[in-house]
Amino acid sequence: MGRTLVTRRRLLIGSGTVTALGLLAACAPGGRSSSTASTGAVEVSTDIAGLPEQTLTVWDQETRGGQNEQMERLNAAFMEKYPNITINRVSQSFDDLQTTLRLALTGDDAPDVVQANNGRNTMGQFVPAGQLISLDPWVSAYGWDQSYSPAILSYSSYSADGTVFGEGSLWGLPQVGEAVGIYYSPSRLQALGLEPPATWEEFDGQLQTIKDAGQTPLMLGNVEKWPALHVFGPVQGAHVPAEQIRDLGFGNAGASWVTDKNLAAATQLQDWAKKGYFNEGFNGLDYDTVWQDFAKGAGIYLMAGSWLAPDLADVLGEDVVFMLPPASSETGRVATTGGTGLPFAITSAAKEPNAAAAYIDFITNADAMQVLADTGNVPVNDTAAFATDTISVTNDVMTAFDTLTTTGDVLPYLDYATPTFDQVLGDALQELLDGKSTPQEFLDVLEAAYTEFTGD
Amino acid sequence: MNAPIMPGTAATPQSPHEDGPRPRRLLNKQQGRTVISVILLALPLLVYGLFMLYPLGRVLILSFYRWDGLGVGEWVGVQNYVTTFSDERLLGAFLHALVLIAFYAVIPLIVGLVLATLLTRTQVRGLGFFRTVVFLPQVIAMVVLAIAWRRIYAPDGLLNSILRGFSLGSLTRTWLGDFSTALVAVGLIGTWVSTGLVTVLLMSGIANIPKDYYEAATIDGAGWWRRFWHITIPGVRAEILVSLTLTVIAALKTFDLVYVTTSGGPGTSTTVPSYEVYNQAFRLGSVGTASSLAVILTLVIFAINLAINLLGERD
Repeated sequence: MGRTLVTRRRLLIGSGTVTALGLLAACAPGGRSSSTASTGAVEVSTDIAGLPEQTLTVWDQETRGGQNEQMERLNAAFMEKYPNITINRVSQSFDDLQTTLRLALTGDDAPDVVQANNGRNTMGQFVPAGQLISLDPWVSAYGWDQSYSPAILSYSSYSADGTVFGEGSLWGLPQVGEAVGIYYSPSRLQALGLEPPATWEEFDGQLQTIKDAGQTPLMLGNVEKWPALHVFGPVQGAHVPAEQIRDLGFGNAGASWVTDKNLAAATQLQDWAKKGYFNEGFNGLDYDTVWQDFAKGAGIYLMAGSWLAPDLADVLGEDVVFMLPPASSETGRVATTGGTGLPFAITSAAKEPNAAAAYIDFITNADAMQVLADTGNVPVNDTAAFATDTISVTNDVMTAFDTLTTTGDVLPYLDYATPTFDQVLGDALQELLDGKSTPQEFLDVLEAAYTEFTGD
Repeated sequence: MNAPIMPGTAATPQSPHEDGPRPRRLLNKQQGRTVISVILLALPLLVYGLFMLYPLGRVLILSFYRWDGLGVGEWVGVQNYVTTFSDERLLGAFLHALVLIAFYAVIPLIVGLVLATLLTRTQVRGLGFFRTVVFLPQVIAMVVLAIAWRRIYAPDGLLNSILRGFSLGSLTRTWLGDFSTALVAVGLIGTWVSTGLVTVLLMSGIANIPKDYYEAATIDGAGWWRRFWHITIPGVRAEILVSLTLTVIAALKTFDLVYVTTSGGPGTSTTVPSYEVYNQAFRLGSVGTASSLAVILTLVIFAINLAINLLGERD
């Protein structure tokens, strides 16, 4: 699921899929995965200056402008502070990392630190397979439980057997925060005589007003299937209690898709499509093209992730605002899909876990947060403190993320739920939006996949 | 070389009193040749085995395991195959591949036969240029073509603009995002790509048919259709076989086109087996299911091509 990367443009992973599978097959099924899960064996030390000279291999996906810059700066600072440790940085796109990490972890030459997606199809499989080392031993040593909010830490927490997501041991730490919200251009809104909506109901009502005025209320490019998840997330958040969404999103037992409130959410989303609130042909248009169209003046609202802010600001300058989806009267709280950038984790192949932990601390501590803010990213901790007085969409994002994490409900990306949920939900949303399935059928499909997974 | 030793004259008399081993060649000529052949074949065999047979074998073995690519695999027998055959989504993928065969192989063959006949029988100026243009899609990477076609099929793309230009605005749609048109839209890209290859192949075939056949047939009063049916078609039988083999394989292993244009969507309306192999193995972590799919796909490709060639060679 590409949520962190905007430029998740399809790269040719290879027409030679079968060949690639052949290479994959070269390692026996689990033959080399001699689980080094004996995390207890690590003797915690935060003093790594005395370690022998070594190389720390780090795989990240921070390939874009400001993301890349913060990584380079932090790595350089780390090597300056610890001349005995050389960082070997391997950076690749989100999609490439997703597809290669699995192979890399089981290989002989596995990296020490990797950025692994939180969901059950990545971290949720790495943990029970013993491919990662729990960060628990270092939590108090570095005070991560103080600097990070529990909700954020829960995003990279799993029980050791991987069955429970959201609690248990800590397996990774993120650098940045992100949230799905609503972008609009103040001038375009003004031209229609509209004010930014204060409630979810008002927002819903405005869509019809915009439509009546002959404009496109909502912009969506959904050929990749996942962009619709970021529209459905806030819609669901406006109807369904956050606790239920967390259980559904984390793939933990105890919730159900087939409820009246979920039905209300699915119905509202389908209504939007039926009433023509989205741009024409959204299921066949790609994500990047559509947000670029929005930047060039098409449509009134764009529901998308905070990671688009710098790119939109490049084109629209001050004429773009990011806001959280307003609270609905039903739940009374601001709630939206969001969370963190991909967390950094230590692999079980790490030669010196203490060095790896020190590195993770170095790129996520208070100084690092400043570097992140300086390079246009949204620091995950103390976010509001980094917002400045200038009017800019990146400041909007910082204050919004702070509001969301302090007084609202951060809802997990729904594709976290099961290893196949990004496919199941992506397909189902395309059918729902197309009117090919009813809201009830939509929920039944999701319920089947959810219970099949939790029932195990 | 010495003159051949004549039997009788050269045979050294073997005196029984002479002891010591008779000087013997280790291998006779025939055996020597075999040894040399084996040595010469060893390297290619090794390379072939290492890079073709071994991975194939591994995929076959993996298809009997439930494995997420990380932990320890669990032997599940034919369970993955049962899953593949009972999963609507995966069966659908094979169905879509069959539809694509029509677009990749059958339509291009028909269009190619007509085009090739017209082009070789009439004196066209700039034939070489035309040949190049028709063949061009073969040279460009599929990913590039797919991106270009995505623009053509877009709501404000070329195709819809043309329809509007002919006042057919009611027909416009997002071709790749519409459940009823996506598969056809993808298929037509395949048609466009394959037609060039097929045409060029057939043109060379037709050029090899002696002109007298046609002249004789004309004198005998055979019309265009009879000449086409009784001379051209049999004359290019080999080329038809080759083009069908190539295009059917291309249809069945379509991956990049679907990956770039639709990701198998909308819904699951354009998934194909190769895309599912990638999806299952690398995105969903079901390496076993992916392997069983890959094995089935290999067998299907093999079977279809065997059938084409058996049917084609039968006289």
